[in-house]
Amino acid sequence: MAQEHASEIEIEPNDGGRRPPRAVVGSHRAEEEMFGRAFDQKIVRRIWAFVRPYQATAAVSVAALLIFTGTQLLIPLIIRYAINEAITPAGVDRSALLEAAGAFALAILVNFGAAYAQEAVIGKMAGNVLFDIRRAMFAHLQMVSLSFMDKTEIGRLMSRLQGDVNSIQEFLESSIYSVGDITLLFGIIVVMLCVNFRLGLLTLSVLPVLLVIRIVWLPRARDAFTAAQDTNSVVNGALAEAIHGVRTVQSMDRQQVNFALYDDKAHADLTTHLIAARYTQIMVPIVDGLTGLAMAVVIVVGGSMNGPIEVGALVAYIFYIQRFFDPIRSLTLQYSVMQRAMASGKRLTEVLDVQIEVQDKRDARVLSAEMDCSVEFRNVTFGYDPNHPVLSNVSFEVNPGETVALVGPTGSGKSSAMALVHRFYDVQQGQVLVGGRDVRDLTQESLGLQIAMVLQEPFLFTGTVFENIRYHKTEATRDRVIEAAKVVGAHDFITSLPNGYETQLGERGGNLSLGQRQLVSFARALVADAKILVLDEATANIDSYTEMLIQKALRKLLEGRTGLVIAHRLATIRYADRIIVLQNGQVIETGNHDKLMAMGGLYSKLYDLNYSSFDDIPKEEADATVKAASRT
Amino acid sequence: MSSDAVGTTSLKSSAHVKAAGWGRGLSTLLRITRMNLRHPGQAALAIGSTIAAVILQVLIPQLLGDAIDQTKVVLGGGATGAAAEQALWVPALLLLAASTLRGLFTMAQNYFAEAVGHHVAYELRLAFYDKVQRLSFSFHDRVHSGDLITLGILDLDGVRMYFSTALVRLLLLTMLIGIGGYRMISTDTLLGFIALSFVPFVAWRSSITQVKLRAIWLNLQERLSVLGRVMEENLAGIRVVRAFSAQAYEMAKFDRASKNALEVAHQQVDVYVPNTSAMTLAFFLAMGLVLWIGCNKVIVGQISVGTLTMFLAFMTILQMPVRQIGLMVNGFARAYTCGSRLFGLLDQDNTIRDVPTARPLEIGEGTLRFDNVSFAYPGTGNRAVLENVTFCARRGETIAIVGPPGSGKSTIAHLIPRFYDVTGGAIMLDGQDIRGVTLATLRKAVAVVQQDAFLFTTTIENNIAYGDPWAKEQRIERASESAQLHNYILGLPAGYKTVVGERGTSLSGGQRQRLTIARTMMLRPSVVIFDDSTAAIDAATEQRIRVAIRRFAKDRVTIIIAHRLSSLKHADRILFVDNGKIVERGTHQELLAKQGRYKALHDLQLRPGDDIVTKYRGAP
Repeated sequence: MAQEHASEIEIEPNDGGRRPPRAVVGSHRAEEEMFGRAFDQKIVRRIWAFVRPYQATAAVSVAALLIFTGTQLLIPLIIRYAINEAITPAGVDRSALLEAAGAFALAILVNFGAAYAQEAVIGKMAGNVLFDIRRAMFAHLQMVSLSFMDKTEIGRLMSRLQGDVNSIQEFLESSIYSVGDITLLFGIIVVMLCVNFRLGLLTLSVLPVLLVIRIVWLPRARDAFTAAQDTNSVVNGALAEAIHGVRTVQSMDRQQVNFALYDDKAHADLTTHLIAARYTQIMVPIVDGLTGLAMAVVIVVGGSMNGPIEVGALVAYIFYIQRFFDPIRSLTLQYSVMQRAMASGKRLTEVLDVQIEVQDKRDARVLSAEMDCSVEFRNVTFGYDPNHPVLSNVSFEVNPGETVALVGPTGSGKSSAMALVHRFYDVQQGQVLVGGRDVRDLTQESLGLQIAMVLQEPFLFTGTVFENIRYHKTEATRDRVIEAAKVVGAHDFITSLPNGYETQLGERGGNLSLGQRQLVSFARALVADAKILVLDEATANIDSYTEMLIQKALRKLLEGRTGLVIAHRLATIRYADRIIVLQNGQVIETGNHDKLMAMGGLYSKLYDLNYSSFDDIPKEEADATVKAASRT
Repeated sequence: MSSDAVGTTSLKSSAHVKAAGWGRGLSTLLRITRMNLRHPGQAALAIGSTIAAVILQVLIPQLLGDAIDQTKVVLGGGATGAAAEQALWVPALLLLAASTLRGLFTMAQNYFAEAVGHHVAYELRLAFYDKVQRLSFSFHDRVHSGDLITLGILDLDGVRMYFSTALVRLLLLTMLIGIGGYRMISTDTLLGFIALSFVPFVAWRSSITQVKLRAIWLNLQERLSVLGRVMEENLAGIRVVRAFSAQAYEMAKFDRASKNALEVAHQQVDVYVPNTSAMTLAFFLAMGLVLWIGCNKVIVGQISVGTLTMFLAFMTILQMPVRQIGLMVNGFARAYTCGSRLFGLLDQDNTIRDVPTARPLEIGEGTLRFDNVSFAYPGTGNRAVLENVTFCARRGETIAIVGPPGSGKSTIAHLIPRFYDVTGGAIMLDGQDIRGVTLATLRKAVAVVQQDAFLFTTTIENNIAYGDPWAKEQRIERASESAQLHNYILGLPAGYKTVVGERGTSLSGGQRQRLTIARTMMLRPSVVIFDDSTAAIDAATEQRIRVAIRRFAKDRVTIIIAHRLSSLKHADRILFVDNGKIVERGTHQELLAKQGRYKALHDLQLRPGDDIVTKYRGAP
């Protein structure tokens, strides 16, 4: 049905029917390796480091688990004793029955206690370890250099923090339970062999059969399960995309084409799930058949053995047979769990091992609020790649209380200069000084307290408007926040929001316009109340009304502070006390507007092009001007 | 857009489900059952296999008991050798056969039950996708996309599981406990009752545990998603975090969210562990009693050892299914809540749809007319966003709309393709009211270049050809040339085959906008609307785009909504909108001469040398 619809909307009838549409829904994420080697000593050691704090509890849980397994082994033996000793053909032994009853009562009580203890302890411990690993990674990411963050996709980090830690938890839990499984399996084998060696051996001969079947089955089943997971994530991804892009879908009238494509994906998902279900279920008759076989062996062989075998033993055997396939199942699954955990563990350790490049010196000083608020670049050379410097031998000063505009074409190194003031990166040569001190000699935290930064893209967090303005200054009062919002001219629009300052912002402040977000980020910088303000002006076109509000706010923000502004708007540039023109990572002109105009250099040429913003200058024109300027 | 923030309703809230009451719940379950039965072959196989499996299952303890009695006879009688062996072959082979058959039937039961569920899920997925794609903008404004996704993934899964975890399991448990219980009680009343004594307790505890665990699980998911959001925002906003040296604050935020989630994770253990341990204890207690009384009965000769074995074997067989009663109860509960929510969406009326008499739109001279159009967003009362807007545009004309933020400019763009319906007046295309024509033809005739460009996770090529998936490569390249995107694309390693979107290469705001323009250039609409779609593109590039699309604009009505005057001063007519009304209209020159609002805006923008702040001191 959907297919018909799709061909109905042919646009180029000449070949529309024959050519498949240039369209897809849902995408296949290039998945990371899911399974690694089953055992990697280095990674296990790293995981162990996180378990170590819980060593004692881990020991308790293993002990409880062993006791639990012991009672499981014991119960059929007690039943055997009761049947054999109390009801012998020779006569009745009531005291033996009483003994058996007492032993049984004791066994189930111990079983209860041990089960309780092991499950509670293991469950909580594995949960704690998961949260500890996640915390360690998150804390590490707070310190790694921004150049690492720049080149790493957030989605990838998130899958470390959310997906990979879970496989470690799974691994821990199942590893401990494996200890119990192995004990139970060997316990059953030993007990069965002890009770009657020949019968035990015969009965146990079905075990290797199952083991071989499982080993053949496992890789195939795993492929089937992985395929089902993949198609499922594709289908869900396609659905999410349809929901997020619904406005585009409707305005482009793509519903029918998309439906047909989605139908294919959903059908593929149905198929892989049915195949996976077949793989899961095929084991049921195999295990049941082998159980039946083992019981038949016990009855025929046990019943007609030359040596006498007691009825009690037969009953006990039947109980054991019903249990001994379980450990094999979970132990073979454990193999996959371990492979998955090693692959995840490898990725986790990669994050934990990212070097922290910018670090406080051991004797780093605190930048006091009483410093003189000057900023100075002294022969600074810097490049993200040291071989390709973005800034070379740059020197300039921003005096206390002064506002300096950094101006220059794209790629001239303005943003890098700004990042260096805050020591986001370390310079390769020269020095950046704040308050007369090399930033490398100061603690990063105190530097941050004295420098407020406003970034080009105003980033807001989920939460209320109030929380966003206050941000990390948790001690700031409501009045202080409102005061700041008033100063930057954000108060009016905030109070007109449905819940005023308590309005919840959507993801990334989605329910505010760009200009409004900009104003909130200004208010946030004002509340931070730092002595030095570093600001990267937004380049995007904001409507003129909001633009005017922003210009006003900017002036308020710079009042009484040392300001370093990467300026794009001429209005901002003209307001600055001094203008520094950067080109190809070098300072080429310095001075105020009038002086620069008089100089007749790059600045005056760009200014004469008469655009309202330097970003509006067509690239060719700017390049030509720059070229001409560098020749002179 | 603004109504998004105002009228957010959450589908997640189960309030309306609870309010719906049992009648609605029952009808939901019946509806799911009917959907299951629409696969009669598989459903019948699942049910038939379940019955066969239960009968064989009940047979096994009986056979075991018989076999034990046989061996007892053999052992007690002292018979040895071939005769004894022969006597044992029959029960042994029966046991083997019963066990194997039971396995086969259980396999069939599980497989077909799951298959029914998967088929129903497949149908629901398609229905859900189709519905969501077609529901009107006002619906999507109101409902969080995250909630919709949850509905289409988790709730759908709850309905899928209904047949296997609830219905089939109900049949299985009823039969197993019924037949097994009957056999035991009819064999020995006292022993039978004792053997079954653990069933009510375990059933009760397991149901309560599962229901509690589900509530905790939902809570945990919610808290984990808060934690996820905290981490994700921290990483995305890492520059802000570093700029404010707010690492300590962020760590505290993380720790709070993390602790909240961990607490609930521990709650899970706290609920689960005591209950499962208690259930095991109850089972063993009953078994101990059976053993004690059974042995005494054997001693006095009331029953045989084989019968005692049968009782014990029965109990072990019953144990697992009885523990799973909770899962079954949960299966019903989940299907009921998930189903109600899902059907609630599937049964939604679509407010924007073809009227029964709708005819295909016929484009002749290509004239767009707004006749006294008024509009208020649904659910905002009567707060009019547009009031009595009237204008007319002919083929080849360009109409520019400008005005302060929130004046209703974008709303005009949204009304023409019927993303929303006008609340007063009418919009006419070549004399046809757009509400009287089919949506498909209308939307083909009206193209909107939207403010926030949405990129689909696929190649650039496919993204450009989104509205015309059968387009040839040359056309795609021509469109992207006009949108000034071609050279950039050629510079990418994979060119037009570069995957963009959420999971692909990310494009800058300007590049995304240019891609959306190219996307629109692929269409052949009669009306094209640029809804503030060049804000992130620099003026010079925009100028080049404007030149490039001049030919394109010749054959249609072009509406440009923008705030940069250079984008709109070439328009044939400029409408200045404020508070939902057109307050000034005319050409650029006419409006400048008027010395009104437009002129003020013009002065504000086009005097780069002046310090606008000092000039406009006190302006809004």
